[in-house]
Amino acid sequence: MMLFKLSLQNIKKSFKDYAIYFFTLILGVAIFYLFNSLESQTVLLNVSSRTKEIIELMMNMLSGVSVFVALVLGFLIIYASRFLMKRRNQEFGVYLTLGMSKGSISKILFFETILIGLLSLIVGLVIGVFSSQAMSVLVANSFEADMTHFTFVFSFSATMKTILYFGIMYLFVMIFNTISVSKCKLIDLLQASRKSENIKLKNPIVCILVFLVSACGLGYAYYMVTAGLNQLQDASMIFLPIGLGIVTTFLIIWSLSGVFLKIVMSFPKYYHRRLNSFTVRQVSSKINTTVVSMGIITLMLFLTICILSSALSIKNSMTVNLKTMVPADIQIKKELDLERKLTITGTPYSMFLKEQDRLDTKLSVMESIEKADASLLHDLTDMISFNVYEDANITIKSTMGSAYNRLQEAYPYMNFEEKEEIIRISDYNRIAEFYGLDTYELGDHEYILLADFDGMISLRNEGLRANTPITIQGQVYYPKYDTCQNGFVYMSQSHINAGLFLVPDDAVIESMRDANVLIANYLGNTKEEKKIIENRINGLSETLYMKSLEQSKLHFSSKISIYESSIGLAAMVTFIGLYLGIIFLISSAAILALKELSESADNKVRFQVLRKIGTDEKMIHHALFQQILLFFLFPFLFALIHSIFGIQFCNYIIETFGNEKLLQSILMTAIFIFLIYGGYFWITYFCSKNIIKEKTRY
Amino acid sequence: MEPILRLDRVEKYYGNKNNLTKAVDEISFEVEKQEFVAIMGASGSGKTTLLNCISTIDRVTSGHILVDGEDITNLKGNKLNQFRREKLGFIFQDFNLLDTLTSYENIALALSIQKKSYHEIHERVQKIAKDLNITSVLEKYPYQMSGGQKQRVASARAIVTNPKLILADEPTGALDSKSAKMLLESFEYLNEEKEATILMVTHDAFTASYASRVIFIKDGKIFNEIRKGTTTRKDFFEQIIEVVTLLGGNFHDVV
Repeated sequence: MMLFKLSLQNIKKSFKDYAIYFFTLILGVAIFYLFNSLESQTVLLNVSSRTKEIIELMMNMLSGVSVFVALVLGFLIIYASRFLMKRRNQEFGVYLTLGMSKGSISKILFFETILIGLLSLIVGLVIGVFSSQAMSVLVANSFEADMTHFTFVFSFSATMKTILYFGIMYLFVMIFNTISVSKCKLIDLLQASRKSENIKLKNPIVCILVFLVSACGLGYAYYMVTAGLNQLQDASMIFLPIGLGIVTTFLIIWSLSGVFLKIVMSFPKYYHRRLNSFTVRQVSSKINTTVVSMGIITLMLFLTICILSSALSIKNSMTVNLKTMVPADIQIKKELDLERKLTITGTPYSMFLKEQDRLDTKLSVMESIEKADASLLHDLTDMISFNVYEDANITIKSTMGSAYNRLQEAYPYMNFEEKEEIIRISDYNRIAEFYGLDTYELGDHEYILLADFDGMISLRNEGLRANTPITIQGQVYYPKYDTCQNGFVYMSQSHINAGLFLVPDDAVIESMRDANVLIANYLGNTKEEKKIIENRINGLSETLYMKSLEQSKLHFSSKISIYESSIGLAAMVTFIGLYLGIIFLISSAAILALKELSESADNKVRFQVLRKIGTDEKMIHHALFQQILLFFLFPFLFALIHSIFGIQFCNYIIETFGNEKLLQSILMTAIFIFLIYGGYFWITYFCSKNIIKEKTRY
Repeated sequence: MEPILRLDRVEKYYGNKNNLTKAVDEISFEVEKQEFVAIMGASGSGKTTLLNCISTIDRVTSGHILVDGEDITNLKGNKLNQFRREKLGFIFQDFNLLDTLTSYENIALALSIQKKSYHEIHERVQKIAKDLNITSVLEKYPYQMSGGQKQRVASARAIVTNPKLILADEPTGALDSKSAKMLLESFEYLNEEKEATILMVTHDAFTASYASRVIFIKDGKIFNEIRKGTTTRKDFFEQIIEVVTLLGGNFHDVV
């Protein structure tokens, strides 16, 4: 019981030192609860089943991410407790000289961990539960669901999960503490505070060499993920620049910390101005002793910037894209002449084709709907029906020209025997007018290739530049333009048109039909009216006629469903991005803050010396501010340089989502970082100021 | 001529009404320009408290302390720092050098906080280093130096700003006898050649024998005062020992 009292008093006494650790723990618990309770927040939302599916997917991903987050937080907590242990070496030394056993000290630490753990869990959960109420508004907003009524949500499962995960983390801290207590020696404990710093100077020539080599390596990695991206042979090659980036980050920090001092010292006018020499030495020695954590922090900040800005830009661009990418209310596609196709592929499935299917497969979309539910056609307007054609000789392989070999290397699993889609120019112009796209004209023996998927355009263009001809029904056609033209036919949430051939109207004949497509708008003005028609369309598959078909089916893609799924997807990506980003940000800021504060005891002595020789308070505060600012800024600036290239790479990966409004998302990211990272910086500065303020009589 | 330092009935009390400790009890004395004064007393006699009051690290309860004609007991905040920075030089028992800086930088810091130009700093540091024979350790860090070297660097830092008064608190306390002798010879040099005024607190008779005047303190009051005059240092040391014996107390660690 006495030990317990001691623990309690220790916590009370060192609350000021613990504050930022405690604060970080609470924040960690609250965020952990917040994101794991998302599910119960969405339960009450009035959303479609499609959105529900996405939410379920999101929850699965979030719980996976949570394991990772728990690892990061666990690492942080153990790291932090190691700092705090160091600060208390002398206290433990006194306990030991008084005859307390190491086991008792372990017990004191055990009680402390339990107390701090319990307190942070309770406070964190309370904050989490209350802020999740605010979060539910954001959730509803993100999924564009109506908040019909506000209810206080409390997630029991998320609470249990938080307690379990953090309980395990604290358990590890206890084990870790016990091990480090059992290892320590009394003499080291007692003299810990008297040890003056040994400044190990690195060989500057080695530093400069290492710096130059790693700067070149990093430059090459930057080049590989941006301008040199096309040279990457396959996806696994991406690990080369990533690995190179990680290694060179550590090496650059290592070498910079060695030469940073030398560089500043070569400007004696600056170096010997006021307390600059002191500040520079402080920062340099701090970076020197924390190369590994500085590297980890740099990488975490880099990830944060990339994750946050990409996640936010996906959300932005998805919503922006939809307006142009999904111009019609409904698009229905239906494969024609299944009988012919099934025969061509070799296996005579046609014998399984039922009579109903045999009849239906000759019909256009409109005719099929008429058979199923004729009245539905009265609800549709602006209808465009057109056919898509194909030719056995016109495959991706045959139209790619010289680019074929490279394409095969880049996409080994792609089906190059896939037949290309061909559309009559007059059909396309009708669609283009409906969609608000450019229309085209064609000469007698010309064709146009439409594409908007960036990854394919450059490859397709090689074929076009080689003037690769296509032959249809004995007639030869040459490309009108030597580049792909912009345009698409199928509605989608992103640019996925990898190639569509426009040919003169008389180039194709009916026997080449592949599919029939119907594009239409709903005859309704309000969202509700359109929703009713959408429900009728969805009900088509339940009609007797449709149920009688086995092979011949209609494929729908409606504006409403695309919007729902992409909004849901965007929301999901945003939430996961926010979750990871905030955790990384908090972790790295907390490590910096703890490192700075744990050294404040040493700093206190140094600042007292400065005070004794008559330094102004203002100058001292300025030096402290500069010192902490530099310490926080260094990894951040490095991460920022990384991000310039990293974001470009992220953009390339998520290119299909478009990169509109990237600036806005970068701005949002900046605000996030400014608030969290900046917040930690200010807390650290004020805590340090308080610590060095205390005057001691000697 | 106006004395450099004048103490006028200085008192310093600790504790509360029920348990009052008079650490310094109505002490008055003066230190003239270019004097080298030692204050001797046993542990707890109040000599360090007195020095702290003079150095403005601690405040007096009553009385006045005048440095160069200026009453420092009324100074506050940055005025106090400015006074400390421009008029005083400090030498501490535990050196108080910044462990992250080299000797050169430690000495230079005293000038750079006075916003002196880099060229002036460089010249003055080099000169004082030559005077105190520490040029060879200028690029070393405190942990690479001996105690004597450290204390001479600290002395250089104290004198480089040309202060009116150098205050030394047990400067030989952490030094072996050889280093202590070298340091005291440096003090002699500074006092005689550089016309520095030095006020030193010590409980060591040998150290005190380098001064031109020794003030003895017991229980917060001046007990005695002896001047070196024209006697040799050895004779002066004998005289000090006599007074110490008279003082009694725990002066067992005389050389």
